[in-house]
Amino acid sequence: MWLTNSSVGRKVVMSVTGLFLVLFVTFHALMNAVALISFEAYDAICEFLGANWYAVLGTLILAGGFAIHIIFAFILTFQNRKARGNNRYAVNARPKNVEWASQNMLVLGIIVLGVMVLHLTQFWAKMQLPELMGEHVMNGTFYLRATFSQLWVLPVYLIWFAALWFHISHGFWSAFQTLGTANDKWITRWQCISKWWASIVFILFAVEACYFTWFFAL
Amino acid sequence: METNISFKLKVWRQANAHAKGRFETYEMRDIPTDTSFLEMMDILNEQLIEKGEEPVTFDHDCREGICGMCSLYVNGHPHGPATGATTCQLYMRRFKDGDTITVEPWRSAAFPVIKDLMVNRNAFDQIQQAGGYVSFQTGGAQDANAIPISKEAADEAMDSATCIGCGACVAACKNGSAMLFLSAKVSQFALLPQGRAEAKRRVKAMLAKMDELGFGNCTNTGACAAECPKNIKLSNIARLNREFLCAKCSD
Amino acid sequence: MEENKMNAQPIDSKIPEGPIAEKWTNYKAHQKLVNPANKRKLDIIVVGTGLAGASAAATLGEMGFNVLNFCIQDSPRRAHSIAAQGGINAAKNYQNDGDSVYRLFYDTVKGGDYRAREANVYRLAEVSNNIIDQCVAQGVPFAREYGGLLANRSFGGAQVSRTFYAKGQTGQQLLLGAYSSLNRMIHAGKVKSYNRYEMHDVVIIDGRARGIIAKNLVTGKLERFAAHAVVIATGGYGNTYFLSTNAMGCNCSAAMACYRHGAYFANPAYVQIHPTCIPVHGDKQSKLTLMSESLRNDGRIWVPKNIEDAKKLQAGQIKGSDIPEEERDYYLERRYPAFGNLVPRDVASRAAKERCDKGYGVNNTGKAVFLDFSEAINRLGIDVIRQRYGNLFDMYEEITDVNPGELANEINGVKYYNPMMIYPAIHYTMGGIWVDYELQTSIKGLFAIGECNFSDHGANRLGASALMQGLADGYFVLPYTIQNYLSDQITVPHFSTDSKEFDEAEKRVQKNLDDLMSIKGKRSVDSIHKELGNVMWEYVGMARTKESLETALKKLKELRKEFETNLFIPGTQEGMNIELDKAFRLRDFITMGELIAYDALNRHESCGGHFREEHQTEEGEAKRDDENFFYVACWKYNGNDETAPTLIKEPLHYEAIKVQTRNYKS
Repeated sequence: MWLTNSSVGRKVVMSVTGLFLVLFVTFHALMNAVALISFEAYDAICEFLGANWYAVLGTLILAGGFAIHIIFAFILTFQNRKARGNNRYAVNARPKNVEWASQNMLVLGIIVLGVMVLHLTQFWAKMQLPELMGEHVMNGTFYLRATFSQLWVLPVYLIWFAALWFHISHGFWSAFQTLGTANDKWITRWQCISKWWASIVFILFAVEACYFTWFFAL
Repeated sequence: METNISFKLKVWRQANAHAKGRFETYEMRDIPTDTSFLEMMDILNEQLIEKGEEPVTFDHDCREGICGMCSLYVNGHPHGPATGATTCQLYMRRFKDGDTITVEPWRSAAFPVIKDLMVNRNAFDQIQQAGGYVSFQTGGAQDANAIPISKEAADEAMDSATCIGCGACVAACKNGSAMLFLSAKVSQFALLPQGRAEAKRRVKAMLAKMDELGFGNCTNTGACAAECPKNIKLSNIARLNREFLCAKCSD
Repeated sequence: MEENKMNAQPIDSKIPEGPIAEKWTNYKAHQKLVNPANKRKLDIIVVGTGLAGASAAATLGEMGFNVLNFCIQDSPRRAHSIAAQGGINAAKNYQNDGDSVYRLFYDTVKGGDYRAREANVYRLAEVSNNIIDQCVAQGVPFAREYGGLLANRSFGGAQVSRTFYAKGQTGQQLLLGAYSSLNRMIHAGKVKSYNRYEMHDVVIIDGRARGIIAKNLVTGKLERFAAHAVVIATGGYGNTYFLSTNAMGCNCSAAMACYRHGAYFANPAYVQIHPTCIPVHGDKQSKLTLMSESLRNDGRIWVPKNIEDAKKLQAGQIKGSDIPEEERDYYLERRYPAFGNLVPRDVASRAAKERCDKGYGVNNTGKAVFLDFSEAINRLGIDVIRQRYGNLFDMYEEITDVNPGELANEINGVKYYNPMMIYPAIHYTMGGIWVDYELQTSIKGLFAIGECNFSDHGANRLGASALMQGLADGYFVLPYTIQNYLSDQITVPHFSTDSKEFDEAEKRVQKNLDDLMSIKGKRSVDSIHKELGNVMWEYVGMARTKESLETALKKLKELRKEFETNLFIPGTQEGMNIELDKAFRLRDFITMGELIAYDALNRHESCGGHFREEHQTEEGEAKRDDENFFYVACWKYNGNDETAPTLIKEPLHYEAIKVQTRNYKS
């Protein structure tokens, strides 16, 4: 299967899953933004995404996307380190025009994943998971309060969003490059769109987290 | 204007492919700044021979930036700090008195060290052999002007074909990927009507060969294009991906 | 030395019968061929992977022969053909400027100062068009017009635009084209490629070349290879002069090995000195960089009119751009109005030397002239000029720290840009192993192609003709003519390398290497090579005299002694030893140097790249002596390097062209 056997194929898998996750993250940010306006509306969305079959299916697909993206990330990194050889350079200099993020995608990804596990225990493990097991769950705002009323959450989340910004700012245009949709003009365009997209997502999340902390903790 | 500089030279020495390498430090005194980097290495070698020691082995040939033989990793950059130039086109006026200059071989699993700073880049030949050509018999060609090719396409193909196969892209890449090299070759043929007939077969065969030889996966860091002495562009890699995806999807 | 000794044996150059335009057609129609089933049974060794070697190996492979292909570099693509900048000539007449096969033939013979073999040159001009077709089909991205058709430019020694080019990297693109064909054959298993192998000797069995001894440069081990025929495509001997535009690895050892086995060496004195190289800057310099001849299309060459200005330039008190138009002496335009800055290379080089010898040189050593783009930039704009020569300007700036596209001065409303400084340097060698019309040397089964042979350029090569000749030999000539030889070899089985002859050859090579290692003197190879280069440039360089050449021979003898007694090679023969490899080559350069001097001494005339000061007109132009020297000088080895070689003459016969004095004035 060329998607797993060839280097470009593996990168295509990374790209497609990556873009899918970018879309998810974007929707996530938008849905949270609803809470900025009305907590009732937010609760309605949470309920809608509860234990319904389409929400469960969506969650499974999403989990699959994450799993594939993460597994391939480790496989690629392992292969790439092997390709680099056993001897490392004594002096390394990052050339101009090379983004720092592009050379640290795995580290950034691990940070994103680490905080995401925390985030899942704070929300998903208390919302969709118990509901699936037939237990009673509270509305979304309850868990928002439970989480953001603790002050340490905000800085951790902000670091998380920053890592996400770096990860997306490279990953987004990189995906389009891998999918062959770039040329001399479009490389710079994708890079620009990439930065904008990552920034919008970052700002949305950051504003939301700050607002919730202010609202629930202060 | 010409001046003389003195500096420390840290050079990787390795007796052969299997020996363990190490850095040796040499004091270089009063080197004129209009000496080329490789001429400076020649001066070092003369000094070593005078002392009865073995000279530093490194690849070099044309010394005008076109053969692609020279391959030194100088101060953290393949071909040194100058952009758009090979090691042989690097002049000592780029360095300052009192500097420490570190010289290493290309480091990549696919480019094993032969001796000191010399590496084996045979893998590049193998990638080319897998499909980097147009298949026809000598003498069987039609008139050269029979197929018009737009100036834009010809110029772009020429830009891709400028690749000298030095391996700086692989040396610069933290993934040890040869995608820039491969994409330059694939692009040249993909852009010309002569190369279209077997474009699909070519891209699949060459990519498969590259993967087989143990090069890494491209993560689009762009270090290859930033360090390329011939300014081969990153858009070639997108074209390669496109060609490959189209070829696979039409299987 | 016995000069002008009677021919020891008559030389048969095997030129086919018939009018000049039909000779090659006739030859091909009547030559013997080898059928496909038999081609599989025949092995051919091709040494070298430049334009000639790679194209020959690829084409022979396509035909079905088993080819063994050798190069000293790490990849066939690195051969020095790759450095050719300007272009390749062909008689396509796409520009409708009156070009034709005959005119290309005529220009080449005239450019070569009437010392080339007519029939060979005509064949070269004839196949030139096929080369362009071939290369375009390979995907060589030649420059094109907006309409999509091929673009051309003009070069020295021609009044038509017949040069095809790919930016300033034509050699690279043509070589990569040949390399791609070669790769296809390697992939098909018809060519076996041996990289980092150096041929040390050719093996002769019963008077025929049957194999080579090559050293694996990585392991240091000698290896034996057998074949039905051996093709040498190892380039020229320009590095005899140490400083040249050749690559560091270029050497004449393979050619010398053939010469020592009795292959004649023809016209060694014809060495081309290229007029547009970056001047020498110091004694640490390792090579000279060529600035493409195409620069002469728009650049104007000059020195100051007044010697005072020249002195100030030499002292560094003023710059070239400080000298106004009316104080400049555009000496090529003055002396050669018809061709101006586009005179052939030998003429341009000598004119530069003449000015510098008179004290008009423009750099601190007094050995440089200006190449100026001010007029062209003012006329066409810097953008157009940068588009044409941008990469050359950048290259010049990287080396010299001067940007030729930079506005430097304005005098009386005229803008002056930084001029480049240039000076002639050794570039190409027209001489080489003697071959007949079939490109076979005087040893049966041993062929020589490309710069390595002597055949097509006479006493001087025109710009953009080297690429043409290399590819013509490799793609379109040798693959035919070699069959004429191989047709009766089909019953000869694959050779074994376990024979007396191979044993002896390997022993000889091994002894040579042992000898070199055991000298254990004090001097490095390069230090002796530099000394050789100085002797050659000083006494056997651009202008030669009887005295200078005799001095050279004496000095070369001393140098050989120094080499044999005072050389030091560190390390062992085990594994890679770059000093040993260089020493092996230097030994042959010394022999080559003597050979050049012998030939130059014998040739009491000035022609093309060979200029004897005793033989010039009052205006300082070269004066040929067609009555006494209208021949190819073939030198035969006399058993050891110390003894002078024997001269054998191949008389030239011109049927199609009337031999006359070259005139680039009107």
